[in-house]
Amino acid sequence: MAITQLPDALLVRRYIDGDETALSTLVKRHESKIFGFIYSKVLDRDISDDIFQDTFIKVIKTLKSNSYNEEGKFLPWVMRIAHNLIIDHFRKTKKMPMYRETEEFSIFSIMSDNSPNIENRIITDQVEKDLIKLLKELPDDQREVVEMRIYQDLSFKEISESTGVSINTALGRMRYALINLRRIIDKNQIILTN
Amino acid sequence: MAKIYSKKKNATPKMLPKKETVNFILNYSKVLRIDKIGEGIFETILN
Repeated sequence: MAITQLPDALLVRRYIDGDETALSTLVKRHESKIFGFIYSKVLDRDISDDIFQDTFIKVIKTLKSNSYNEEGKFLPWVMRIAHNLIIDHFRKTKKMPMYRETEEFSIFSIMSDNSPNIENRIITDQVEKDLIKLLKELPDDQREVVEMRIYQDLSFKEISESTGVSINTALGRMRYALINLRRIIDKNQIILTN
Repeated sequence: MAKIYSKKKNATPKMLPKKETVNFILNYSKVLRIDKIGEGIFETILN
């Protein structure tokens, strides 16, 4: 009788006795049912392949260690192993859900890297250099307030104390500094963006 | 004659694992040796 026509029980016996082609026949005979069963539960080809592989690794280990109980039939036994591995898979994904990129869903829509990329860093550096050049165009008293407020992070109270003017004067100088900066930017058509 | 309202099912292609997966299983089986010594089970991968 050709090996492909032998019943499962006999193929299992031959495999345990060392005939590797018996396993190949068993896999070919049942791969569609087992894989289809796994896929119907997990609905993902790659995960189904992984579970299919793990199922047969268990089958091989059980058969090679002579722990197989011949009371049950081969296919239902393999299906039970696959079923248990599917449950393990869902337990794992419940603890650590896996997101797959699809046309409708991108993982990057809910997860992003907020640190600036190299292009943004170059632009920021350039803007800061341009701004320093522009500040040099301002009258000294206005430039001084801007530098103290923006670069030294001083409050208007601290600025007024260290320059010996009132808070309102410091605020006014800041206001005029900003107006003048905008005017210079507009006049020279400078683009400061990031 | 009675009308059939149900849609004819499209034939679904057979779901099969990847060839690589099946080959891995068969090769794994060929290189795996399991020895029972006393109470212990020892697995060996033969090169």
